[in-house]
Amino acid sequence: MFTPTRRDTLALGAGALIASLIGPRGAAQAAAIGDTLTIAFNVNLPAFDPTVGPSAVNPTIQAIYRSVFDQFVGQKPNLAFEPGLLTAWGWSDDKKKVWMDVREGVTWHDGSPFTPEDVVWSLERAADPKTGNPITFVWSELSNFKIDGKRVTADAKQYDPVLFKWMAFLTGYVMPKAYYTKVGAEGFEKKPIGTGPYMVDEYQGNAFLRLKANPKYWGGKPAFGTVVFKFVTDATSRVAEIESGSSDLTLEIPYEEFDRLKKKKGLTGVATPITDIGMIFINSNDANTLTKDVRLAASLAIDKTAIVKRLLRGYGVPIATLEAPEYDAFDPSIKVDYDPKKAAALIKAAGYSPEKPLKTKIQTTRGFKPKDYEMIQAIVGMWRKIGLDAEIEVYEVAKHFQLRTSHKLAPFAFYNWGNAIGDPTTSTGFAMFGPSPHSSWKSKDVDAMIGPLWTETDEKKRIAGWKAVSKYVAEQGDVIGLLQYAQPVVYKSELKVIPNISGALQPTLVSKKA
Amino acid sequence: MRLIAAILAKRLAMAIVTLFGVAVVVFLLLRVAPGDPVAMMIGAGASAADIADLRARYGLDQPLLVQFGIWLAGVVRGDFGVSISLHRDVLELLSERLPATLELATAACLVAVGLGGSIAVAGTLARGGKTEALVDGVNGLMLAVPDFVWALAFVLLLGVLWPVLPLSGRMDPSVGVPFVSRFYLIEGLLRGRFAIAGDIAAHMVMPVLALALPLAAVIVRILKEALSEAMMQDYVLIARVKGFSERRLVIGEALRNAVGPTLALTGVQFTFLIGGTVIVERIFAYPGIGSMAIDAVINRDLPLIQGLVLVFGALFILVNLAVDLGAVALNPRLRYG
Repeated sequence: MFTPTRRDTLALGAGALIASLIGPRGAAQAAAIGDTLTIAFNVNLPAFDPTVGPSAVNPTIQAIYRSVFDQFVGQKPNLAFEPGLLTAWGWSDDKKKVWMDVREGVTWHDGSPFTPEDVVWSLERAADPKTGNPITFVWSELSNFKIDGKRVTADAKQYDPVLFKWMAFLTGYVMPKAYYTKVGAEGFEKKPIGTGPYMVDEYQGNAFLRLKANPKYWGGKPAFGTVVFKFVTDATSRVAEIESGSSDLTLEIPYEEFDRLKKKKGLTGVATPITDIGMIFINSNDANTLTKDVRLAASLAIDKTAIVKRLLRGYGVPIATLEAPEYDAFDPSIKVDYDPKKAAALIKAAGYSPEKPLKTKIQTTRGFKPKDYEMIQAIVGMWRKIGLDAEIEVYEVAKHFQLRTSHKLAPFAFYNWGNAIGDPTTSTGFAMFGPSPHSSWKSKDVDAMIGPLWTETDEKKRIAGWKAVSKYVAEQGDVIGLLQYAQPVVYKSELKVIPNISGALQPTLVSKKA
Repeated sequence: MRLIAAILAKRLAMAIVTLFGVAVVVFLLLRVAPGDPVAMMIGAGASAADIADLRARYGLDQPLLVQFGIWLAGVVRGDFGVSISLHRDVLELLSERLPATLELATAACLVAVGLGGSIAVAGTLARGGKTEALVDGVNGLMLAVPDFVWALAFVLLLGVLWPVLPLSGRMDPSVGVPFVSRFYLIEGLLRGRFAIAGDIAAHMVMPVLALALPLAAVIVRILKEALSEAMMQDYVLIARVKGFSERRLVIGEALRNAVGPTLALTGVQFTFLIGGTVIVERIFAYPGIGSMAIDAVINRDLPLIQGLVLVFGALFILVNLAVDLGAVALNPRLRYG
């Protein structure tokens, strides 16, 4: 019998160390996909609680939250709503109460039963400003909850046509009352549980999240037993991850790399327009200089089609308003086409020309969205030709939000706007309504049009009202809609991926080809 | 010994003052700098009251002096506050992540010393010839290319073209974490878990090399210069007359005297190396305090940024103190005046 000496042990150990260091890693990892799906994800997961803090309002992270937790109301990849932990919902005839039917036979990841009390507690907690939920203005509309069997009812402060849509949107997640109360906020972060298709198995912040399939999931067994999210925030590293075979799928890579990688053997890709648009805010503080003629000139001077084609390699959809084609209030008849002659005439009428340009400023991020800075450089070039001389200021995301909420953005400011539920209130509404902390153009005429729509009970009338707002805003040039972004996803050819228009690339939308 | 104790006491007193200064400056700068953590998280339909509620929730509604007093009193008690973005105790987060960065920076430092020392000795042995020109040329390249460019080059070479090394993370996600401490590599080796230690080491190779190469280049430059000077000294000439080989002259005689300033410089550079991990950790998705620092800044996570800066400051002070004490211990002239 072989009895290893200390020297043998050390030698074997050194051998194992060296073997694991220089083993044929790439070849092995590029092998066929088994029961594990590895995603090179573009953002880090800061925290598990999907209802509080900055990560709760990060659209990309919803892909992870939707894997572990369930929302009150579900949403299909085409943005249509479907039953989630609520199987049915609605308003009373007098529009003063809501009712919600809670799904039965669901269990939390720790095996305890999911109950209507969880729904009520989650809604009450979401409305409590002490928890730090950033969407309390929605959840605080409900009060006086009552449970009768599987049905929950509540009083509403006022009718809100978007309330149940919010239940499929940011912070609209059901949390485990008994478990959370027992372990507290920090305990929940260390060991989170939900009712979702996947359970948290291992988490290393800034490195990876390993999920295991929930065998008791009410929506059916997920396609993969294990899902690994690698948090690879650097785009070059994500390209390397998929190219080397270390990951099975990645997203949000430069379009040039997307075009190259999807042609490679063993890889394929899809780039789908998502609910995220690029836009230019106009600040109403500068209305004296930025008259209607100047604003319209600025808008008409931008060749959006050329920008999409040349800078984004065709991956994007030019838009005229803040409503993308998949949104409820999209109106294809509203056009703001590229018309440099008309733009030049308008700016001339305002007293400016290329020889005597209007000096102004435009703020932009750099590297936050694809080709954002380059896009603004191109726009500034187009503006210069008609007599608008804009100085470019690069700002960080944090500064943009601070300036936006304090109504101190530059005369023109580029940013993006996500709207995963596709409702006009969460795009044109909050971006253009004066009292909103996120609007930059604040005017009485627009507010007067928007005001009644917040509580309009007739859905057809409501959508028609929002389309009228979009048309008016486009005619006045109060904001410049630029383009709808496309989300590039590259993955191994053995996989089948259903793109999610909301941009949340959930593992449940990925399966192995039959 | 008494001298070392006196230096230690004096430097520790200075360290407290320095850290207090760092705390004040960081706290004030973060409040003056553009970017409001609450503005970044408020929902689109939030009212002024909703925004005020959120500001109160994170204590940002208090006067600046009160905010500073609360935070400082907490720090003295070992309570660094709760991270706004990660929802966890800042000190706990730092103690979780710091070991990963320390292992990475220490490994990079050791590689830099080994590599830089070897190249400097090789260059000195071959002085005046083509080999020295080659050494100087390679060293110039190492010095000119910053760590993040090395990182991207390694990603392409060893991660994609010849995929022998893992590209991201600290260990393979399929591996469980049976560790007691957060020093995974050291603990893996000490506990004889060589396969796991090997996997962790494999994940470290590229970030370590990216961090080590620029530092190695600095070491080559300083050490080679010091060796050249030492080779002109009388004791080396006497040894040469005695018939010592060139290798023995350089390694056995000159190196001993030339290594002092190089080690002092390496100590100082070590702190810069920890700063360099910020970008390199991001490229390799390595879960240390560097990658956490980037997220903290993007999210304007004030308690976490303050904690991180204090840790960086404390590390800087501790490493410099260790270097000074090491110099005193090694150099009799410093010990006896």
